Amino acid sequence: MSVTTADAVLPYDEALATYDPVMGLEVHVELGTATKMFCGCSTTFGADPNTQTCPVCLGLPGALPVVNATAVESAVRIGLALNCQIAQWCRFARKNYFYPDMPKNFQTSQYDEPIAFEGYLDVDLDDGSTFRVEIERAHMEEDTGKSLHVGGSTGRIHGAEYSLVDYNRAGIPLIEIVTKPILGAGERAPEVARAYVSALRDLLKALDVSDVKMEQGSMRCDANVSLKPRGAEKLGTRTETKNVNSLRSVERAVRYEICRHAAVLNGGGSILQETRHWHEDTGATTSGRPKSDADDYRYFPEPDLVPVAPAHELVERLRGTLPEPPAERRKRLQAAWGYSDLEMRDVMNAGAVGIIEETVAAGASPAAARKWWTGELARRANAEGKSVSDFNVTPAYVAELDGLVGSGRLNDSMARQVLDGVIAGEGSPTAVADARGLELVQDDGALEAAVDQVIAANPDVAQKVRDGKVQAVGALIGQVMKAMKGQADAGKARELLLQRLT
Amino acid sequence: MSTLSRDEVAHVAMLARIQLTDAELDHLAGQLDQIVEFVAGVGEIAADDIPPMSHPLPLTNVTRPDEVRPSLTADQALANAPASELQRFEVPRILDED
Repeated sequence: MSVTTADAVLPYDEALATYDPVMGLEVHVELGTATKMFCGCSTTFGADPNTQTCPVCLGLPGALPVVNATAVESAVRIGLALNCQIAQWCRFARKNYFYPDMPKNFQTSQYDEPIAFEGYLDVDLDDGSTFRVEIERAHMEEDTGKSLHVGGSTGRIHGAEYSLVDYNRAGIPLIEIVTKPILGAGERAPEVARAYVSALRDLLKALDVSDVKMEQGSMRCDANVSLKPRGAEKLGTRTETKNVNSLRSVERAVRYEICRHAAVLNGGGSILQETRHWHEDTGATTSGRPKSDADDYRYFPEPDLVPVAPAHELVERLRGTLPEPPAERRKRLQAAWGYSDLEMRDVMNAGAVGIIEETVAAGASPAAARKWWTGELARRANAEGKSVSDFNVTPAYVAELDGLVGSGRLNDSMARQVLDGVIAGEGSPTAVADARGLELVQDDGALEAAVDQVIAANPDVAQKVRDGKVQAVGALIGQVMKAMKGQADAGKARELLLQRLT
Repeated sequence: MSTLSRDEVAHVAMLARIQLTDAELDHLAGQLDQIVEFVAGVGEIAADDIPPMSHPLPLTNVTRPDEVRPSLTADQALANAPASELQRFEVPRILDED
């Protein structure tokens, strides 16, 4: 096992003072089709090893691939959503290499005839500005098998004695989306990289073509980084950091490579064109494999597949199925809901835009919908290490609960009790409130009696309020609520207390 | 006249993971050269207005619906594997010792 010493890095500001970073991002997305790209094997995640294979995806002699129609449609829709041109005619190609993750000894991909090309994606940055990332191409290919390395100390490929391969994933449809060199991002390059992958993920989610789970590997990013002296035209030598699997890592890996390249260049060295591996724990990359003669993939048109020629009518029909672009949708909803920029950003970071939309459609006010999903429910989910979608709480239930508060039947603390019941599976909010006997006392007589009693029992506090210290009334409200066993409207209690004391 | 160098043949052999002796390289360089020359005959009739053909059939868009079909069982899939473990194909060490 080779021991790698830590690479020198230059502080980020110093790196940026001398160099302009240039990036190229390659994102692989596994499509959410039921079957593989070229055969009818299931794509279900997590199946027992080698139970989703057949002669085609095992590369057995004589097996013939047939293209998955839905995968082609998804590829066209992704291309259209990325403002790409769609090829009128294109072919698959064989990428020949020897590696046990592909039993055929080639990967069926596309080479010089991608199905989609020349597009762009506008990306929102943290400061509210937009950065346009040009798309070079999006092409169809297939995923590889999964290897388990045995005998190495850490389960890694280095030092392994042998490897065990599961081909369930081999042949799952992949779309590879490649940007043109991203220039001019300057010091915001790492942020642009993260924002691009984030925007792409939102877009693919909205298209409903993939579950885009970076942590499960259904979306993976390779980040190419190079530096050129500020103002220079010629691009520097790039490195490709492979399989960066979270948005945060994308940003960190790009930033790290900028600092590392700068240190090498400032020291008079030159960058080796190679792949790099990102390590989440150390926040650093290590050298992978240099470009070599073996990277001669001898692409040639796939003779077992006929060309794909999406008809104009099909492309136009698919264009009609495109969702509203996520950025436009966000702007429209923010205006409709009256959220501040900060509130909208919280909602987006919580991934709650869709669920709030449904809750509002079910009758809740936008403010209440936001309060429940990003407040109470998010808090409970965080505390239990779950996501809000793991609860038995539907948008309709939240709207119903909000209605019960709005009509004066429940106060906030009772509403939280009702939520306990809903989460415990006791039924709808109304059913839970009925079953648990939760209802605000509407009888003003009982409340007035409690108010008088509390004033009599707390003459000092009452005097403070009379003297103009209105905030002191809070203590009295608490006493009234206690006397009413929580079954009172706190707003009304406050009103009555102030009536009597001012 | 030879258009394919001995080095090129050695490179292609490396890519194809075929180990050749020097004598075999000399021999095959000549043979491959003949094949390349033979195929190059296509260039004599291919004009700019004739697109390169990758497939003899005038077909496009041969697809199948996205419907699951039965897969092999793991036992069937592994039947021809020289070795297996944990229901996976066992393959030799992938990286050479550095």
